Amino acid sequence: MRVSASEAWGPRPRRALSRRNIIIYGTLTVVALYYLLPLYVMIVTSLKGMPEIRMGNIFSPPMEITFEPWVKAWATACTGLNCEGLSRGFWNSVRITVPSVIISILIASVNGYALANWRFRGADIFFTILIVGAFIPYQVMIYPIVIILREMGLYGTLTGLVMVHTIFGMPILTLLFRNYFASVPEELFKAARVDGAGFWAIYFKIMLPMSLPIFVVAVILQITGIWNDFLFGVVYTKPDVYPMTVQLNNIVNSVQGVKEYNVNMAATLLTGLVPLIVYFISGKLFVRGIAAGAVKG
Amino acid sequence: MADTRNGRPSQVFRNINSKVASIPMVLTASVVFVGGTVWTVIHSFTNSKLLPRLNFVGLDQYERLWGSNKWLISIENLFIYGVLSLIFSLVIGFVLAALLDQKIRFEDTFRTIFLYPFALSFIVTGLVWQWILNPDFGVQAVVRGLGWESFAFDPLYNQDIVIYGILIAGLWQGTGLVMCLMLAGLRGIDEDIWKASRVDGIPMWKTYLFIVIPMMRPVFVTTLVIIASGIVRVYDLVVAQTSGGPGIASEVPAKYVYDAMFLSQNLGQGFAASTMMLVTVLIVIVPWAYLEFGRRRHRG
Repeated sequence: MRVSASEAWGPRPRRALSRRNIIIYGTLTVVALYYLLPLYVMIVTSLKGMPEIRMGNIFSPPMEITFEPWVKAWATACTGLNCEGLSRGFWNSVRITVPSVIISILIASVNGYALANWRFRGADIFFTILIVGAFIPYQVMIYPIVIILREMGLYGTLTGLVMVHTIFGMPILTLLFRNYFASVPEELFKAARVDGAGFWAIYFKIMLPMSLPIFVVAVILQITGIWNDFLFGVVYTKPDVYPMTVQLNNIVNSVQGVKEYNVNMAATLLTGLVPLIVYFISGKLFVRGIAAGAVKG
Repeated sequence: MADTRNGRPSQVFRNINSKVASIPMVLTASVVFVGGTVWTVIHSFTNSKLLPRLNFVGLDQYERLWGSNKWLISIENLFIYGVLSLIFSLVIGFVLAALLDQKIRFEDTFRTIFLYPFALSFIVTGLVWQWILNPDFGVQAVVRGLGWESFAFDPLYNQDIVIYGILIAGLWQGTGLVMCLMLAGLRGIDEDIWKASRVDGIPMWKTYLFIVIPMMRPVFVTTLVIIASGIVRVYDLVVAQTSGGPGIASEVPAKYVYDAMFLSQNLGQGFAASTMMLVTVLIVIVPWAYLEFGRRRHRG
């Protein structure tokens, strides 16, 4: 019964409808439907009008498709005093994510490069602290950072939040780059040294061009991570510059007014759209990213 | 460059570029990670209220913490959520990975479907499940609509089972990652193992249970640590799904810390609670670090 699992490259078994196949595909399909259900519910709810929602159940497809909830979620839904919809949060998130991703990757790649190729005494201690630090609950470090940012005059600003994302992205990214650069053949590095190339020359002319794949992985890891962040957004920014996730939560969980479930689901989908697009486009690279980020701990 | 070739230059200027490049790392590690942690632990022994003060009061904050109902419920919730989420995500993740590892068609499609929730924010996940579990419109309403009038399934509105409602969403979000890690582990198992066990006539489930899983020990340990450190931090999901309610039935430690620090201006409580979180994590990580690195050193 285990035949096909052990013959890695053999021909596919002829009997497509064997009992074993029915069990495997049956289970996988049922589970897959379960995983897809919330996405389906979000989409159909966001396309219904409120009367239809009050009558029907959440799984029934919309009888009349309307895009009004999407328009409202994007442009006019209210949080607190301002009614600009999620668009404000979206642009805030863009303004947070873009610089955070670029800066954190630049710093971490240079860190990783220094650790892998230009080892100096004591560096390993800091690196170990960094990696262990990645497991420390953020809650322990939240308040000291509030004080540091306040002293620097950056508390409540986008710059401050970018700094926080850079700091907390550092462990995993540095590890990622260090491991990658350590796998680059040493001869290449030595040859460049003999030719007189220094620290930065080797980084820019040899390491950087060679390591495009790992940069892509790091970008995916950081975009999804930073876009999805809630805690740092809510702690270190003020309502004006709230990222999309915080604004979304405020719109949906606001206590006043009638709950417009269709607008809420449209808003939820809008917030999930960026990471979902990154996920579907990057495919296997995303998997490699999380595997690299997770397994090598 | 000359410095490394020239015999004995000053230690300080050796690899100076490398040192300059590592300044952000050194600052982060020492100021934020070590400094911040030590700062918080020290201040957990003070009676800081609105502002941090160095007015030491011994273990007062901890006594108050462990006398607080909200904290006790938080711990209980974290425990239930943690144990169940560990067990279920390991089991489900492994079974899915084992199924995907059967040289099946559409493997990529299935993998994509199981993993996509992981790309989403906890806030998004929490809000979707809040909607699905809504008793007036969601699962309960649908089943009642089918004629089962007395059917009750309203986890987010029932104090006794609210944490399971959060667990459902948490598992939906997180099992994909576990599946991926397990799949990577399974792919690392030598094909010959399977051949040998087949020749010996060992049933498949026994091969998995007694041969493959023990061989995947490192993958399991890593996965365990990753899930565990995520569990301790659980915050966004609860905020989005229930805001800790009904009442305080779904509070978790991370939320307790946030509330104490930023809502009720009770910094000392926040510091004490976060120190307890730190201790929990250290208890999880230290044995792991010992197992992993200690063993490696022995072998190497």
